[in-house]
Amino acid sequence: MDWRWDFTFDVVLPKMWEAAGVTVWATVASFVLALIGGLILMLLKTHRSPWISRPATEFIEFIRATPLLVQIFFLFFLLPDFGITLPPLTTGILAIGIYNSALCAEVYRAGFQAVPKGQWEACIALNLSTYRTFRDVIIPQSLPPIVPALGNYLVAIFKETPLLSFVAVAEIMQISKLIGAEYYRFTEAVTIAGIFFLVMSLIAAFLIRLVENYVKRSILH
Amino acid sequence: MTHPMIQFDKVLKAYGALQVLKDLDFSVGKGEVVSIIGPSGSGKTTVLRVLMTLEGIQDGTMYVDGEPLNRMQKNGVLVDASKAHVRRIRSKIGMVFQNFNLFPHMTALENCIEAPVHTLGQSKAEATEEAMRLLTMVGLADKAGHYPSQLSGGQQQRVAIARTLAMHPEVLLFDEPTSALDPEMVGEVLEVIRDLAKSGRYTILLVTHQMGFAKEVSDRVCFFDGGRMVEQGAPDQLFDNPQNARLQQFLSKVLEAG
Repeated sequence: MDWRWDFTFDVVLPKMWEAAGVTVWATVASFVLALIGGLILMLLKTHRSPWISRPATEFIEFIRATPLLVQIFFLFFLLPDFGITLPPLTTGILAIGIYNSALCAEVYRAGFQAVPKGQWEACIALNLSTYRTFRDVIIPQSLPPIVPALGNYLVAIFKETPLLSFVAVAEIMQISKLIGAEYYRFTEAVTIAGIFFLVMSLIAAFLIRLVENYVKRSILH
Repeated sequence: MTHPMIQFDKVLKAYGALQVLKDLDFSVGKGEVVSIIGPSGSGKTTVLRVLMTLEGIQDGTMYVDGEPLNRMQKNGVLVDASKAHVRRIRSKIGMVFQNFNLFPHMTALENCIEAPVHTLGQSKAEATEEAMRLLTMVGLADKAGHYPSQLSGGQQQRVAIARTLAMHPEVLLFDEPTSALDPEMVGEVLEVIRDLAKSGRYTILLVTHQMGFAKEVSDRVCFFDGGRMVEQGAPDQLFDNPQNARLQQFLSKVLEAG
């Protein structure tokens, strides 16, 4: 194998450094979108009125049953037809965020359902508002199962971002492909991209474990 | 005009085809202590659960202190109650559960101040002071900083009672409050309930299998069977001279079991 260090340091790393920022930003933004979107979808899905819960359930099923790449293309090529033209990165974040919202909704639902029925009933008997019921009683108790599952989705989202290279977002995979095409050298760029994903995933897993332990310690006694 | 503290007017509660409460008419006077006894599946716990609005009813009206709970007046007619209306009326009722249902991630004290601070709008200092007074009353002032998992069943139930009292209810519902307890802890909980019953400050509805206790503290005992109130009367009369055949059968079984 022919590996050139000068090429790695002079060409690959500077370009990849910038691209890494795009990847991290796309990950964080998509994840936040998924966290909020998932909560909203879960609340809609468990709504009492079937006029609200049914469409939400169908939407979640639809999202889960189609490939993310198709959804990215769908948003990228179809939104302009509706007069919405977004930058590729924004479209990509939107697609990944919505896709993972559907998955996170299920995580939230499972977490909330794991809280015993008696806890909800105590909240009613104490006349707590819906907001207080969730904030002070239900969410704290559902965090221990929810946090690790959401952490897995953070890592999953991170590993999904290379799909954005298909719509020419300048994230790390796209840049490594471009470097390869420009210099006819793929070895360094693709290897660096792989190492970047490996290192970042390990760091993320470590941080998630820290948060997990913190949640367990502060909530379960 | 005096009105009952609690009134059920033709209340129907069904799970699908199974009617758990069949056109129940039932009322409890202000300050009255009423025990509900009956075999499992008789609907006795359901009376408390629908009154606490843990479950909806299919038909009929429940009144608390003269005001409809599940309905409300609108332009002179009764319509289904809004959430805000239910919350307002419900605030007069407190419930103690068979399984305590304390919040496991909060200390005994935090359990007792959560709702007073956030629902009644008390200051934290004010709520803490009252919660400590109530915890002292149930004999658990020294356990205020303990989490439910660090307390025995009897202690947890006493905290749950203090938590309920902190909301200043006028009506107390006890749903088999000692059924989940080890036998040696039953006494300490009954002692607290006895004091509450004797204080005369609360209207109390007690679902229990402790016949001796029901007889001792109740002004009236009601026997439920098959979703209806089959017989009611003063404790002496109901226990010592039961009229209904089902009640006679029930009592002989229960007393046999000891």
